[in-house]
Amino acid sequence: MLHTLAVLVENNPGVLARVAGLFSRRGFNIDSLAVGTTENPTISRMTIVVEGDDQTLEQVEKQLHKLVDVIKINDLTAEEYVGRELVLIKVAADPAARGEIMQIADVFRARIVDLGRRTVTVECTGDERKVRAFEESLRPFGIKELVRTGRVAVLRGYRTTSADGNGRNRKGEED
Amino acid sequence: MTGAEILVKALKEAGVDTIFGYPGGKVLAIYDALYDADIRHILTRHEQGAAHAADGYARASGRTGVCLATSGPGATNLVTGIANAYMDSVPLVAITGQAPTSLLGTDSFQEADITGITLPITKHNYLVKDVRDMARTIKEAFYIAATGRPGPVLVDIPADVAGGAGEYADPGEPRLPGYRPEPAIREEDIRAAARLILAAERPVIYAGGGVITSGAARELLALAELLCAPVTTTLMGIGGFPGDHPLYLGMLGMHGTRYANYAVTECDLLIAVGARFDDRVTGKVETFAPEAKVVHIDIDPAEIGKNVRVDAAVAGDVKKVLRALTPLLAARVSGAWQEKIGRWKREYPLEYENGGKLKPQTVIREIYRVTGGRARITTEVGQNQMWAAQYFTFTRPRSFITSGGLGTMGFGLPAAIGVQAACPDETVFDIAGDGSIQMNIQEMMTAVDYDLPVKVAIIDNGYLGMVRQWQELFYNRRYSHTELANPDFVKLAEAYGAAGVRVSKAADVAGVLEEALRTSGPVMMDFVVEREENVVPMVPPGASLEEMIG
Repeated sequence: MLHTLAVLVENNPGVLARVAGLFSRRGFNIDSLAVGTTENPTISRMTIVVEGDDQTLEQVEKQLHKLVDVIKINDLTAEEYVGRELVLIKVAADPAARGEIMQIADVFRARIVDLGRRTVTVECTGDERKVRAFEESLRPFGIKELVRTGRVAVLRGYRTTSADGNGRNRKGEED
Repeated sequence: MTGAEILVKALKEAGVDTIFGYPGGKVLAIYDALYDADIRHILTRHEQGAAHAADGYARASGRTGVCLATSGPGATNLVTGIANAYMDSVPLVAITGQAPTSLLGTDSFQEADITGITLPITKHNYLVKDVRDMARTIKEAFYIAATGRPGPVLVDIPADVAGGAGEYADPGEPRLPGYRPEPAIREEDIRAAARLILAAERPVIYAGGGVITSGAARELLALAELLCAPVTTTLMGIGGFPGDHPLYLGMLGMHGTRYANYAVTECDLLIAVGARFDDRVTGKVETFAPEAKVVHIDIDPAEIGKNVRVDAAVAGDVKKVLRALTPLLAARVSGAWQEKIGRWKREYPLEYENGGKLKPQTVIREIYRVTGGRARITTEVGQNQMWAAQYFTFTRPRSFITSGGLGTMGFGLPAAIGVQAACPDETVFDIAGDGSIQMNIQEMMTAVDYDLPVKVAIIDNGYLGMVRQWQELFYNRRYSHTELANPDFVKLAEAYGAAGVRVSKAADVAGVLEEALRTSGPVMMDFVVEREENVVPMVPPGASLEEMIG
């Protein structure tokens, strides 16, 4: 099953290589990985979607904790959380097809971000199901190029996964 | 001050008294700072030797070993030594020179991305890009290497950072928010483990290197005697429990004793202490300790549940866990279980057929006898290592120093040099094979140069013996590229300025060993032994522990 991990790491050079290398050498399957700085510039946050059973996930978390640069891990899967990804799709669009593409974009609350003579580029944000449905809707027109960010996620409600937040700490206990 | 001088000061602050190293272009500033520093530098003849020597130093002393090499090939030559320390959880700080920061990433002369290369084989590593980070980085490196589950830390220092100007400022305590070296021991985990132990009728304690790292040999002995529980150790755990104790079963696993493997197979409770269920220990993991509940005590939570399912786990420092656990237990007396094990010990003793040609096992037993068992023993890897583990009776922690996880041929001689540097007044033997000794034989010169009087006992069968054994057993005796043509080890020893001697008769072994002990410098002994002797018992690869051959 897919798990969504929110991982706070020190914003040090090489930290992405450390995490990615750990996943590859231990044979853990990354579905997606998104990384960026947080409200604290010394800390980056990775959202890692990883495939595996409970035992694999336990190892993933424990091995991640052994990396000195990893500050905190929160498995959001069983929690109430908001997960989103962004996709940019460049679709073949002769002038006759544009109207229909724009209608589809409207339905998905996507935005046209570039308009060329023979292509339209649309931006769509949402959970995987929505993004997949959007992609399928555009497929008949001819998708020229597609790029997605991978999932980013945040807990619902007051709780957070910040370094001093009240999510689960690295020992798996409530703070 | 230069960055290099700050480095040397930081090393002094960390308590470093000995460095094993090899100079080169990108560490000139560091070597200049070492020139009149109050730190002993031992020049090995190969950087791999420096890494293994630092490793041996650390294992013998319990302090963090330090090795130093230049950039590029100097750094990559450390790699095997670093991986070796990583697999066996040895505290090591490896310092490497690097191309100047302005040339990083340009494939400049002798540039290698050593932090990238060592990512999977270090506990952590650093590239020091600013001289202001030097003191703090060194402090953190030693802190990380030695705390929790120890391991190697690499610090890569560009030439311009080492040569640049800066000031030493006390970095204070390390601030590493993501580093929790030791899990807090949970009371309920201890109680759960105690309940299982109290309920057990046929317990076995399976102790690993964590007992030695944690300094828990006394606590382990107390636990075993309280429970009257037999104790088997892994290769890394040898010396963590007195080898002459009646409760001792010897080593378990692929070349373990029959009685240790039988005991593990029939026990109803296995107490794993500072051990990690390596495949050489478990054999076929599905049938390992099939009747047992498993209690696992380890400082590294990631080891718990990694290879086998456990019924109770206590994450924490082994010594602290044992101290908390033992008072909750009740004393047991010897009973049917202990009697059964006694019968196995009598029925299936560890023995070999003596007679005819000189036997390797005889050499090991004689080294034990003439040293009174008090020597520190390093080994190479293969048959020599297994016979040393089986036939030398180790009674003290840190007296058996061997490459367990990585299985590095060429470890023993440089490690012995490191051990001798740490323990100048003790007798240090490297039990070697004729194959593996040649992998770092250049370090004989280091031993001679620094008056480190290591005694090298080559178990010389003219083969890569363990590989030959597998070819005999599993590849229909097709000895593909395992027969060795060897140099004249006696002349080679003499060429290095050491004493050399060849022995091929059992009757001469004791005399030669006694003479070696009287010799003040290094001695290389070439024991020409029975060529096709096998290490037994043996659990064939992929088989269950009770399916031993030999």
